[in-house]
Amino acid sequence: MSQTNDPAVVAPDQPVESQASSQEIIQVNDLNKWFGEFHVLKSLNLSVKRGERIVICGPSGSGKSTFIRCINHLEAHQRGQIEVDGVELNEDLKNIEAIRREVGMVFQHFNLFPHLSVLENCLLAPIWVRKTPRKEAIDTAMHYLERVRIPEQADKYPGQLSGGQQQRVAIARALCMQPKIMLFDEPTSALDPEMIKEVLDVMIELAGSGMTMLCVTHEMGFAKTVADRVIFMDGGEIVEEAPPSTFFSNPTQPRTQAFLKQILDH
Amino acid sequence: MAMHQPQPDLPPPVAERGALKWLRENLFSTWYNSVLTIVVGYWLLSTLIPLIDWAFISAVFSGDGPEACAPGAACWVFVQQRLGFFIYGFYPDELWWRPNLVFALFALAVVPQFLPIAAAIRKWLAIFGLTGLPVAAYFLIAGGHFGLESVDTSRWGGLMLTLILAYVGIIAALPIGTLLALGRRSEMPIIRGICVVFIEFWRAVPLITILFMASVMLPLFLPEGVTFDKLLRALVGITLFQSAYMAEVVRGGLQAIPKGQYEAAEALGLGYWRRMRLIILPQALKIVIPGIANTIISLFKDTTLVLIIGLFDLLGAVKSTLSDPAWDNVMAEGYLFVAFCFWVFCFGMSRYSHRLEKNLDTGHRS
Repeated sequence: MSQTNDPAVVAPDQPVESQASSQEIIQVNDLNKWFGEFHVLKSLNLSVKRGERIVICGPSGSGKSTFIRCINHLEAHQRGQIEVDGVELNEDLKNIEAIRREVGMVFQHFNLFPHLSVLENCLLAPIWVRKTPRKEAIDTAMHYLERVRIPEQADKYPGQLSGGQQQRVAIARALCMQPKIMLFDEPTSALDPEMIKEVLDVMIELAGSGMTMLCVTHEMGFAKTVADRVIFMDGGEIVEEAPPSTFFSNPTQPRTQAFLKQILDH
Repeated sequence: MAMHQPQPDLPPPVAERGALKWLRENLFSTWYNSVLTIVVGYWLLSTLIPLIDWAFISAVFSGDGPEACAPGAACWVFVQQRLGFFIYGFYPDELWWRPNLVFALFALAVVPQFLPIAAAIRKWLAIFGLTGLPVAAYFLIAGGHFGLESVDTSRWGGLMLTLILAYVGIIAALPIGTLLALGRRSEMPIIRGICVVFIEFWRAVPLITILFMASVMLPLFLPEGVTFDKLLRALVGITLFQSAYMAEVVRGGLQAIPKGQYEAAEALGLGYWRRMRLIILPQALKIVIPGIANTIISLFKDTTLVLIIGLFDLLGAVKSTLSDPAWDNVMAEGYLFVAFCFWVFCFGMSRYSHRLEKNLDTGHRS
């Protein structure tokens, strides 16, 4: 990756707090991103406390996936600051890799490595990134495969599993790095209806264990059950932010009301 | 009511069975197919039978010289008498054990790859074939160390030289080509630029030109007294030429890997080289095995072009013997022998690539 000196990167005016032990594990200030001419994220601000579970929803194209992909630098932002667990996210590869070690991600299309068995998928990062001894890594991997209720498939290849099983393996793979934060990018959108539940059950259990979670999802039932906060995004902006109880029963913004009407009344 | 008895399976009627059915369906299904079958059959019989007779039945396989041969039959005595030259070129007779030992090591690395033995053993033998074997082969064939008499490369020749050119070309072109392919997809403009220029230059120049340049032009540019070995120059030329082709084959594989694979590897915190080595290349190279095999086979056959810079590879060795006045009219035998040798190796590579494809198959791709 190249070190770019983009003129669009403006030096921060205010000093960035850097306290690893602070309550906030993610701190986003004035985050802006453009895809070419298209202003996809407009001045986002968000702070996430340790153990907090946040659901981000919104219509397609609202920038919600791009937003959480900025948090582990799968997308580069052009203006503003992101700080994860006391490390500022910038173009410095060291910082990026340090943050990625602590942030697990689950993708819409699972993205398991098809040439490796389920177990090898789970071992790869702990062994090569965390330098965990293989035997210990196997124990951890089997522990998480049991937690996602799939230990018997450890020696199979991803191509031999169903979509729901693959997504659960993907969750286990991310957990094997023992991350502090888990990002979920529409984890159930590519699944058949009868497989959504098995994945949501695993996610609900994970939420109960105190993991910090950011989920982009359309599963409003899941949001009601586990979220501490629901964020509604539209047009690259955070339109509304509230605990699920108020968010679903008493949304203040007309745009949110229209969206909720669309997805709840059918 | 009577109990129902299942009927026994009867054999189908004669016309629906075996060879007769096959003949009727495939060769005589309509009147024009029948005519075609008869015409083609007659043509095959009238050419194949004399050919088989010439090559095997009436052919002379052993003897002491040209006088043993009969007119109108293949004279394999020619190949038998000159086999030493065809295999070793001008390599001294008393040192043939050295290339022979290399051939044995080569067989040790290659033959088990086709046998049903433990995958771990095959893997270690393959690693030996790619690393230890070339080193051992160099010391054995070139000599000059460990008390082995040094043999100048100008005396190397025949099948031995063909295999050396092809083997070095293959094991050097694959990694260089892979690096070039990665470089061409790099986000760093300078590295990308260098790789694009390199690939486009070497791919656009005929191999013959490169070999001529390496053997005739290059010495003109070098200061007086500085010489490179002619074989080394040919090797470098072939390697650079083939790595440009290999790079584009590998790049095709890299492009076939879904973006999600790169992202998943990044999200796990793997650095660039680990992402490539552990995630991307194993999948990309697997996809392009047919293309790699294609390039390698064409490389193997292209080695015959070194003939024009005065190296006697298998084809060169056979061709030079044909002008020997003692042997008259053995051109067909000589070229058939060359074709047969090349076919054996190329067919072997083709089979191996199919086998590799099957062994590495892990079901659906994501």
